[in-house]
Amino acid sequence: MNVVASAATMELEDFVLRLTGPLTLETTAPLWRQAALLGATDGHDARIDVEGVPRCDTAGAALLIHLRRLLGGVAIEGASEQVRFMLDVMDRPCPEPPTAPPADRRPGMVETLGTFATQVLRNAADTVEYIGGLIAGFGEIALHPRRLRWPDTIVYMARTGADALGIVVMINGLMGLILAFQMGAQMRQYGADTYVADVVGMSIIQELGPLMTAILVCGRSGSAFAAEIGTMKVNEEVAALDTMGLERTRFLVMPKMVALLLMMPLLVVFADLAGVFGGMVIGTTYLDQPIGVYLGNTIARIGLWDVGQGLIKGEAYAIVIAAVGCLRGLQTGKGAQGVGVSATSAVVSGIFLIIVVDAILTVIFHAL
Amino acid sequence: MPSETPPPPEAPAPPATVDAIVRVRGLRAAYGDVTILEDVSFDVKRGEVFVILGGSGCGKSTLLKHLIGLIEPAAGTIELDGTDLTASTPAERRELLRRFGVLFQSGALFSGMTLEQNVALPLQEFTPLPREAISRLAQLKLSLVDLDGYEAYRPDEISGGMQKRAGVARALALDPPIVFFDEPSAGLDPISAAELDQLILDLRDSLGTTMVIVTHELASIYAVADRCIVLDKARQTIVAEGHPATLRDESDDPYVRSFFNREPALAGRGGR
Repeated sequence: MNVVASAATMELEDFVLRLTGPLTLETTAPLWRQAALLGATDGHDARIDVEGVPRCDTAGAALLIHLRRLLGGVAIEGASEQVRFMLDVMDRPCPEPPTAPPADRRPGMVETLGTFATQVLRNAADTVEYIGGLIAGFGEIALHPRRLRWPDTIVYMARTGADALGIVVMINGLMGLILAFQMGAQMRQYGADTYVADVVGMSIIQELGPLMTAILVCGRSGSAFAAEIGTMKVNEEVAALDTMGLERTRFLVMPKMVALLLMMPLLVVFADLAGVFGGMVIGTTYLDQPIGVYLGNTIARIGLWDVGQGLIKGEAYAIVIAAVGCLRGLQTGKGAQGVGVSATSAVVSGIFLIIVVDAILTVIFHAL
Repeated sequence: MPSETPPPPEAPAPPATVDAIVRVRGLRAAYGDVTILEDVSFDVKRGEVFVILGGSGCGKSTLLKHLIGLIEPAAGTIELDGTDLTASTPAERRELLRRFGVLFQSGALFSGMTLEQNVALPLQEFTPLPREAISRLAQLKLSLVDLDGYEAYRPDEISGGMQKRAGVARALALDPPIVFFDEPSAGLDPISAAELDQLILDLRDSLGTTMVIVTHELASIYAVADRCIVLDKARQTIVAEGHPATLRDESDDPYVRSFFNREPALAGRGGR
């Protein structure tokens, strides 16, 4: 058989595999395909003749090594000094047998269940320990407010509160506007459009204002908390805290938690006002209601307890967002990918828990 | 003629490890089912520069993480200054560890703080010193590592070598009796590495601080080590202990000789 590459050939004749031309990345591809057709020499006195090979690179050396093993460890003859050197460099025996990789076996059902249960219990224990640390942290701050890292807390208040105000107001304003428009279009058919102000006001203040604000804050600040702490963990800053005997919760979590607890009620109030304003825009334009009437209806319908419910929800969401964001940060694995996973997880699990807490509080407030 | 007084009874010889500030016995380090180190025992004497050596992946950093309490051993004990780290509660462990300094490979300075704030942090947390005294002390510690004038810089505004030195200043903030170093020369140019080596020796000589260093930089080892242990990945334990020059010249162990003489693990290449 005879294979002609761009500048290299391989020829098998009387158990002598003769190669000619330079063996390089550019010339060896056809020879590799041809080599697949070769088999062991079955005891014949075979050899590889490379006298016609002026030079080779790593790809050429790899091909020669491959051919030699394919033919059962036959000799390579006629190598130039450069080819011999490349073979010496490339064909190194393994310095020590590497540790055998773990056998690729499928665990049985019992083992899978056991591993899963152990993992669940371990995670539960870690979470309980974390919650215990948070409670202890709150207790310590209540008893010794000066132990809180106030400079850090103020920075986080600005980041989670002031910096988020614009987007919170805009989204909630649009939410009120959409809500009023959708309901107005339906209720107008029944002559009930005067109740739009009541429904929009109640929906925004009891439910949508705090909820939308929490989802926005979770996306902004929850992920930022996780990414910040995760990066600190990757950079060994968390380990440094541990070795300095500083408590992670007090140092890393409590400033964020307190900042969010202080900022969330303010954000919820602004969200409520923006939502009502958005509804009012539709009420006064699309539904032709005077501003005084729309606002009067809203104020007459909404009591202090309704506002209080929204604020309580906001505080509960703040605890969830900060706790989950920081926990995910502390659970960060290795590398940049670990930080990304933590940030994503903080948002997903944060929003899920916000909805769960919302459901629980809504039922409780309804029962009260 | 003075009466001949009988010589005082000979005091019992102190145990060989009486001046050990770190004492490790039968340590087994493992990640899950994978054993990294087995039956590791050694002492670090007070005031010495002790180096933990070995090739990549042999468990040096894992051993250090055990010594500084970041990982609990699968078996064995670790005593730091007479207190058993492995038998202590988390609160006791925190109390114990705050008495020791650690320089991480990356420096691990808090990126949101200035260098002065980084160094001042342990002082703020664990001493009753007034703010002004803490600030002055932090500046002095930074001066000790030749970082005068950099107090207001943040870690990302200075070079890697300066970050390492600032890390040393923070590790020394509370005048610890022992400082642990994880690969202090890693990523540094030869001059910066030599400066850091000299700093380690100066601090040991001036403050009497015990230094435990994990590294595989031969130049640093010869420059600073009073004593070292060599870990071998294949045998998963200590394969030699002593002064590096002595081990280089006199060790019978082929791995130890290869390590100190920078010889490739393979005597030759070939098989052709």
